[in-house]
Amino acid sequence: MHNFDPDLAEIRFGYGLSPVLAPPQGVDELLAGLAGPDRIQQRFPIESFSQFRMRMVAAQKQHQIRRENRGTELAQKARKQQRVVNREARVAMIGWLGQTMLRRTHTPSAFRERLVAFWADHFTALGKQGVIRRATSPYIEEAIRPFVASRFADLLQATVMHPLMLDYLDQHKSIGPNSARAAKLGASAVRGVNENLAREVLELHTLGVEGPYSQTDVTQLAELFTGLSFGAPNGFVFRKDFAEPGAETVMGVSYGTDASVQPIRDVLNNLAMHPATARHLARKLAVHFTSDTPDPSLIDALEAAYLAHDGHLAPVYQALLEHPAAWDPVLSNVKLPIDFVSSTLRALAVPKDHFQGRKEKWFRRWLGTPLAQMGQVWERPQGPDGWAESDAAWITPQGVAHRVMWAMAAPPNLVRGLPDPRMFVDKALGRFANETVRFAAASADNRPEAIGLVLMSPAFQRR
Amino acid sequence: MAAPLSRREFLARTGFVGCSLAASPLVTPISFAAAPWDTRLVVIILRGGMDGLDAVQPYGDSAFAQMRGPLALGPEGGAYDLDGYFALHPALAPLLRMWQAGQLGFVHAVSTPYRGKRSHFDGQDLLEAGTPDLAGVRDGWLNRMLQVLPQASGQAAYAVGRNTMRVLQGAADVANWAPDAKLSLSPQTLTLLELVTEADPALHAALSEARILSQIEQAKRKDGQRTSAHVDIASFAAQRLSEETRIAAFSLNGWDTHRAQPQSIGRALTQLSETLLTLQGTMAGGVWAKTAVIAMTEFGRTVRQNGAGGTDHGTGGLMIAAGGAIKGGRVFGNWPGLGQGDLYEDRDLMPTRDVRAYAAWVMRALTGLDRHKLENAVFPGLDMGRDPGLIL
Repeated sequence: MHNFDPDLAEIRFGYGLSPVLAPPQGVDELLAGLAGPDRIQQRFPIESFSQFRMRMVAAQKQHQIRRENRGTELAQKARKQQRVVNREARVAMIGWLGQTMLRRTHTPSAFRERLVAFWADHFTALGKQGVIRRATSPYIEEAIRPFVASRFADLLQATVMHPLMLDYLDQHKSIGPNSARAAKLGASAVRGVNENLAREVLELHTLGVEGPYSQTDVTQLAELFTGLSFGAPNGFVFRKDFAEPGAETVMGVSYGTDASVQPIRDVLNNLAMHPATARHLARKLAVHFTSDTPDPSLIDALEAAYLAHDGHLAPVYQALLEHPAAWDPVLSNVKLPIDFVSSTLRALAVPKDHFQGRKEKWFRRWLGTPLAQMGQVWERPQGPDGWAESDAAWITPQGVAHRVMWAMAAPPNLVRGLPDPRMFVDKALGRFANETVRFAAASADNRPEAIGLVLMSPAFQRR
Repeated sequence: MAAPLSRREFLARTGFVGCSLAASPLVTPISFAAAPWDTRLVVIILRGGMDGLDAVQPYGDSAFAQMRGPLALGPEGGAYDLDGYFALHPALAPLLRMWQAGQLGFVHAVSTPYRGKRSHFDGQDLLEAGTPDLAGVRDGWLNRMLQVLPQASGQAAYAVGRNTMRVLQGAADVANWAPDAKLSLSPQTLTLLELVTEADPALHAALSEARILSQIEQAKRKDGQRTSAHVDIASFAAQRLSEETRIAAFSLNGWDTHRAQPQSIGRALTQLSETLLTLQGTMAGGVWAKTAVIAMTEFGRTVRQNGAGGTDHGTGGLMIAAGGAIKGGRVFGNWPGLGQGDLYEDRDLMPTRDVRAYAAWVMRALTGLDRHKLENAVFPGLDMGRDPGLIL
């Protein structure tokens, strides 16, 4: 039997308490928030990747003009224009950080936003060079957000075959050694299969590093993946001429000889349904939502739900929310910097219009730069394994010092008129407020620092 | 629920908080005499998989030029000849004087026991864990070294920078700081902050450390100079090592050169070179002379260039050793060759010795730690083999 608790539901499965939004009243309400029209997305729109591609097309066009007109005034103009495209994308990207924050601040279904963030981290992707470096939010919008409550296999296909992932893990440069393309390039040209995406799909996205795969499976999957590519004008394309001919065997299953996208969909579907994948995802969800050392029976329950429902994710979430370990009243996981910042904005109910008309510099000053200083550069994790989950990675002197400085300095700049700190304790912490924090909030000699003290309390830092 | 605190109780608590802070190892520096050893060890983790074949190029190997294609520079392509067989990548040229002074050496064709999947995350975890596999291992080998050394205090070892340093994580206390952090609040607010976080030991401890370190940094930074992050980190480490700290560990990123390697590795090697020179230049007189720096990476890279002008994850790699305590001016290791049948799985440099053996011999020479402890507690299951003579 689980002990559902509305405040805990908001803190552990959402972005904390809001002074203006009522917390969910039961597991049903949390789950219902995952279905139905995505109102918060419509209210705070972010460009989809297919829109973003137009920026890539524009950049490419200018690049071409430059190449064809070297040393001329035309080339110089194109270079300037290229810079404009780059700058616009950069400014747009920081704006999407603002939109993401507003969604988390104003949504009545914060669990949905948490799942978007969870899967965006699981399928970490970022562009490598040029304007595509700004495309992570559009990728999330297109490849993650629509699928968080569908089958894992859908999510896997949408992300692994997405242009941004192909770019990030060098897949579009991977040429089968016996492909038509390799023959055309000739022996003198350097060529080769790039294993990057294949390895990460097995290690990070599906089976997990403990999974029962070998280097041969990585190599075979890499050969099977040859042909996955993209272009700015049309997005995803399958390049037959890059594809390695012949069948490939991955995890004991042979995939057809025809150079097409179907065998790739098949292998992804099979990997999604592998028991090791179920175990890997179950563990990851349990760690993310409960603690660094989750209750083993919770992992078992998630794994069982995944396998019993053919990899559909909604029943897995239901198993999570109906498990007693999900409602352990002791707050455990430390919020990552981005979540600490998001939940602060939610606790302050930062209004939409407060972000309107702000310049790039403002967003950087109050959101982008502090996040980086706390250890989390917005949409720039160190590697495809995303952000660390362990508390130890975040509770460091430098990380905590920057949390403190932001907690004290940012709130007056995020809302007009700070709330009364004594009220704020209860609004922000709900039933997790205690006398020590109340005392500190009442004793601070100024309002911003009183708010900062509440934000730095363990009941706000953990969930 | 606790009763509301009165002013008086608050003041009493404040005193208590002050006490607990004073008892922190950070404000009670250990004396030199109390330290069990007086040498300095710096461990740099080169994250991403450094291409050792590019950093120190075996141009004397007849297969090198053909296998590497355009990546093979050799002395004719601008690399600096070291010993008639190996040549130093041009981006490491600022280190030539260190090499000539016998304070820089290299160990080629080494690796951890990690084989097969060539994952950064696993490779780095295993490099830092220092064990044959990761099952059940939570701490790092530098931390385990502290655990077996007598009287090593919390100030003896420092993890520097924003990267998590697993190599130093574990039961022994270590300090941790990124030079760009600061904590400037009124004493009243700081005291309330201590109070609010008191019930959370991890948060409270991090805050206490931050409070002290930021005072040190602010005093130092009055001149308002700005430098790049890796230089700041090296400079902070050198300053701590000039005082009571004996061990420092930090990361240098940017070695995952899948594409356009000449540009990407050039940047990374320049940072490495600036890091070593900053350590040397910032340390107080006499400290560099008793310092050994070892820079290790999770694996080397493929011998052949890939389709994108880069190299992919490989196996055998390179360790770099620098410092006044190093018997440098030599390239150590057993060279396996790059010819037909010499490679590991026909793609990677064949590792000929465990990189942990070199680290273990360095630690043995610096601290006097006995071989049994090194082979069992620090690097469980390692056979250290013969002393390669890396330390003077």
